[in-house]
Amino acid sequence: MSATVTAPTGTEVMTYREALRLAMREELARDERVFIMGEEVGLFEGSYKVTAGLLDEFGPDRVRDTPISEEGFVGAGVGAAMLGERPIVEIMTINFLLVAMDQVINHAAKVGAMFGGEVRCPLVIRTPNGAGNQLTAQHSQSFEGWFASTPGLKVVAPANPADAKGLLKAAVRDEDPVLVIENLPLYKQKGEVPLDPEHVTPIGRAQVVREGSDITLVAHSYAVTRSLEVAEQLGEEGISAEVVDLRSLRPLDVETVAASVARTNHALCVEEGWPSYGVTAEIAARIGKACFDDLDAPVERVGMAEVPLPYAKNLELAAMPGAKRIAAAARSVLNR
Amino acid sequence: MAELFGRSDGCAHGRGGSMHLLDVGRGFYGGWGIVAGQLPVATGLALALVRQDRSQAVVCELGDGAVNMGAWHESLNLAALWHLPIVFLIVNNEYGMGTSVARASAEPELWRRASAHRMHGERVDGDDLDAVVEASTRLLQGARREGRPAVLEAVTYRYRGHSVADAGLAYRTREEIKARQEIDPIVRVRRQLREAGIDDSELEAVDSRADERVRAAVEFADASPEPDVARLAAGMYAPGSAEQFERMRPGSPFGEEALTFDAGLGA
Repeated sequence: MSATVTAPTGTEVMTYREALRLAMREELARDERVFIMGEEVGLFEGSYKVTAGLLDEFGPDRVRDTPISEEGFVGAGVGAAMLGERPIVEIMTINFLLVAMDQVINHAAKVGAMFGGEVRCPLVIRTPNGAGNQLTAQHSQSFEGWFASTPGLKVVAPANPADAKGLLKAAVRDEDPVLVIENLPLYKQKGEVPLDPEHVTPIGRAQVVREGSDITLVAHSYAVTRSLEVAEQLGEEGISAEVVDLRSLRPLDVETVAASVARTNHALCVEEGWPSYGVTAEIAARIGKACFDDLDAPVERVGMAEVPLPYAKNLELAAMPGAKRIAAAARSVLNR
Repeated sequence: MAELFGRSDGCAHGRGGSMHLLDVGRGFYGGWGIVAGQLPVATGLALALVRQDRSQAVVCELGDGAVNMGAWHESLNLAALWHLPIVFLIVNNEYGMGTSVARASAEPELWRRASAHRMHGERVDGDDLDAVVEASTRLLQGARREGRPAVLEAVTYRYRGHSVADAGLAYRTREEIKARQEIDPIVRVRRQLREAGIDDSELEAVDSRADERVRAAVEFADASPEPDVARLAAGMYAPGSAEQFERMRPGSPFGEEALTFDAGLGA
């Protein structure tokens, strides 16, 4: 970049989707090794329009449409990254990432350690989780806990537009494979986003997004939005809830969570996925150990009902971790 | 229709929706939602037919977008290797979402890929009713009687977008869509029937019978109750499984006992 050009400063209100797009535009402009590939990312401008306009701006070599062949192009991302490229691979939804699971878990995650640090794999995979549009069992899942349980991967899950930009940029600049979990309902959420192209959100740092003194709600991705809504409701009942946005699942900022629970003495973990063996299971276990002396009640958790998500709207709503169930869980922790 | 409405009388009791229709009584083992995921499953259905000595065959439908998945090649190889009674019917409507076949497939004549597995493949005009009937009948006979799997590529067209979020115009022209509508199979069959001396009143009667069937289906769906939330987990596990899960209750996540353990699990 020319020294005479002044970098933009301050913030601008934009959607989560636009923030992701801005992050990619800046990184494509900054580093020639960065390129995007995935289904419908170019001509179609992205299934969820995240990459809209980037093909026109950067051309088909840097914004590369792929056939429907996730295992193939995720694996191609691994290989390209091993040779020093900086691929950003878009997977339409996290459900389809399962087709490429072998490349993610058995290949990308292994490169660093298995070869003794001789070669790195700076690969970014972006994909949304989430449910709520009657897309049924095969299109409504949130598997980030599976990926976060795998050593060798990094997993981040931005919950607002500023972090969408900051964490995606951090992922692109990272030397390791990073899975960026986006979220379908969040794509349209608006917020202030830093314009400085050098601003990144550090990986491995959680954030207290609402201060409170009675109970800590720990969440990531869309569950943060739900938790903030519930915290407002609880406030009207005289319950002061703190909300911790994990932002990063692996590495995980247990310090920030534990410091919060040490203040509130109560913890409720919330996620969109199934809780069994999930993100909330991990958080609850760590709080149980790190905060044993601080806790006034057992750690509680709320997530998706443990069924493949059904199609009928009434069943879907009942299965999802709605505000009512989260609030009831918070009250039960506080014995109110 | 009741399934599309998410009602309890739907073919999947409101659990599946448009993507997961099925009719076990008629031998229809499901709509699946992951591209090419149905191919190995269909191959397994064909394997079961052989093991059960049944004189049937499997028709496995897939789109043009599915042929670049690994599951496609793996399924074709298994079917050919084991001489399974299966016809892979590629419904090539020229676009996988917004990507044309030419932009997705290095070999755009999709039927040719069968030859990599020494399997018979052929292409048919998918908008020509007689041609489709002839080819599918012949290939299914070969599959049933001689254990000869095959690939049949039916070339057709999709007028609308891929989904409600796709207007279907970003990657093709209105003229292209219009030209294809003129050779629509229904239009063609209608013309053939007219040429064969069937008069318009009879054709209109066919139309109104179809309209009536749809109307009746909508009425039935509207009248069908919503599924019972207290049976949220119904069907998830085989009957009798509740006993296996009964010791999992202590320490359950909030609400989980009511939502699954008490909501039809294993029933």
